[in-house]
Amino acid sequence: MSQLGEQIRRQLPYQRRNAASLALLIFAMVLTLSAFAEVGLARDGQIPAGLFGYGGGLVVLALAAYFVQARFAPYADPLLLPLAVALNGLGLAMIYRLDLDTSADRKAAAAAGKQILKDAADASSQLMWTFVGIALFVAAVLIMRDVNRTDAPLSFTPKTAQRYTYIIGLGAILLLLLPIVPGIGAEINGARVWINVAGFSVQPGEFAKLMLVVFFAGYLVNKRQAMSLIGKKIGPLSLPRARDLGPILVIWVFCLGVLFMQKDLGTALLYFGLFVSMLYIATQRVSWVLIGVGLLAVGVFIATLLPFMGHVNQRIDIWQNPKPYFDGGCLLEDGKVEPVNPDTEIYKQYDAELERKADEYERAGQTDKAEQTRLIGPGYYACSKLGGSYADSAQLMKGLFALGEGGVLGTGLGQGEPWRTPLSFSDFIFDSLGEELGLTGLMALLLIYALIVQRGMKTAVAARDPFLKLFAGGVSFVLALQVFVIVGGVTRLIPLTGLTTPFLSQGGSSLMANWILIAILVRMSHDARKPAPQSIQDEGMTQIVSTR
Amino acid sequence: MSEFTLTLIKLAFLAVLWLFVIAAVGVIRADLFGSKAALRAAQPAQRPARQSRPPRAQRSAPTKLVVVQGERAGTVIDLTGMPITIGRANDSTLVVTDDYASSRHARLYAQDGQWIVEDLGSTNGTYLGRTKVSRPMPVPAGVPIRIGKTVIELRK
Repeated sequence: MSQLGEQIRRQLPYQRRNAASLALLIFAMVLTLSAFAEVGLARDGQIPAGLFGYGGGLVVLALAAYFVQARFAPYADPLLLPLAVALNGLGLAMIYRLDLDTSADRKAAAAAGKQILKDAADASSQLMWTFVGIALFVAAVLIMRDVNRTDAPLSFTPKTAQRYTYIIGLGAILLLLLPIVPGIGAEINGARVWINVAGFSVQPGEFAKLMLVVFFAGYLVNKRQAMSLIGKKIGPLSLPRARDLGPILVIWVFCLGVLFMQKDLGTALLYFGLFVSMLYIATQRVSWVLIGVGLLAVGVFIATLLPFMGHVNQRIDIWQNPKPYFDGGCLLEDGKVEPVNPDTEIYKQYDAELERKADEYERAGQTDKAEQTRLIGPGYYACSKLGGSYADSAQLMKGLFALGEGGVLGTGLGQGEPWRTPLSFSDFIFDSLGEELGLTGLMALLLIYALIVQRGMKTAVAARDPFLKLFAGGVSFVLALQVFVIVGGVTRLIPLTGLTTPFLSQGGSSLMANWILIAILVRMSHDARKPAPQSIQDEGMTQIVSTR
Repeated sequence: MSEFTLTLIKLAFLAVLWLFVIAAVGVIRADLFGSKAALRAAQPAQRPARQSRPPRAQRSAPTKLVVVQGERAGTVIDLTGMPITIGRANDSTLVVTDDYASSRHARLYAQDGQWIVEDLGSTNGTYLGRTKVSRPMPVPAGVPIRIGKTVIELRK
């Protein structure tokens, strides 16, 4: 596993690429600032006030991150920081742009005394989380010192994590289970992936993802020998022993559990894909990938067969044919879909019925019951009366309309109508960007992700320690998989799952976790690329190496 | 603002976005294949350069070696830039009389203004802080190096 890295290191000693890094970082800032400028020019014909506040804030943060990296990790990969800043900046610009459109609505709603939408584009909180994220990046780069610096008071390197493999694995599972705990867990938009901590909604899954990488890396470093060497050879494949199948089966069952309890196909796919890919990195055996893909297919098949997994079936149904579900559809027992959108008779009928009931409660003096009745969606109510399961594909379809609206070149930032898609600032930000930047812009964004992943893989190749190799490889793979799951979901390549789009989506947990991920890669790439002190034995025993 | 200007701005932004991606790829291209400067740096350093003055010691460079523990505790050796050998052998710079030390146990040498410790295949190993020295490692000031029962430290 290390020969390739050794070879690369010998061919070309790595050098500091701080100048290139700074140049690209400045480019990333120009990109962000011009995105803000375009929004303002298109909307009001002038440079927007947000350019100085938000753009300026990002510039200061990014420069601070750069100086810390240049000082404490000078051999770090030059691309990681600028690419992350570019994505973060573009996301911020898009959220700012959506905020401009929705803030007017929110003000009107507040003035009318209505409940304000809790979920809305909020550029100022996104800037605050960017600040927190970059501060965590800086802190992580500072804390994770050089491997050889044992005198640092907090000598925590990525390698230190190896000692706590099982504790971290346990922690990851606890974090994943937290949202299910009543009292702490919170359900937002139908997904139980949130917890409430001190007034903030936190997605522990974002952090659990990193901890799982550590756990898998630590575990596989110990077991890879057995998993890669022993086994029967059948044709070009060498199959592992039955007892070495244990871990992959455990992870598989665990992912099925996530699928059942959190009703989340994408997350299950993320964790299982991560384990299989790390197993492949550790053992270099294709048979593991085939076994993994096979198990995944079996898992999805089981999920579609079980009666209480109806929602997975429905997800798949929406994915294949979203149209009848637009603004509300009802999957009946016989597998047919009955539209229950506001234009249908059945919707109007139950809408009237709900209204009548609410009025009755009001007359009876039960105002709280009346309130509750008014909150029930007529489509949902109609569907429960029909005995089917309700789902709404409006979000997905509006996202697709947005992509269609954007076309190849997009409408231009600030000139489209991406706010029409629900969650256009978080889960569907990729579609929002697609509407305004077009296919041309989306390709560039995907390339930026691909470059980050490539730099991570390169770090893994160059790393000297097998644990760090797996750590870096796993971290880059989890980023790639997450982008695949969410971008595939919103473009209807795979069934939709609400994951965040790394660095682009609005949300603190995601930004913090991803900035830590970049900090880990920066530190590992510094350690991997820094020239090793040369042994004087190379030059013969008698030679005077250093003269005064 | 006219439709035409907005279209131009839109295209200009997409161009900037792509230029950023291309510039990023350009940086790795140099990283993969090496620029001329990188290749020059990769050439072995020329002899004359080696004969000239060593690089000016950094401000933070340690100036003395102190034996902290063991039979020779309290011994101080000034660091001059010459390599220091440690072991039971009589020709060592620092001779340790210790059953747990090998005759040629470890060596310290200066390189680029920092001191490097190297284990010379000793039986019981050399430890820098808590890590076993398996390959040459830079020694920061104040970090204990353990050789058998002897502990030494570099000080400023």
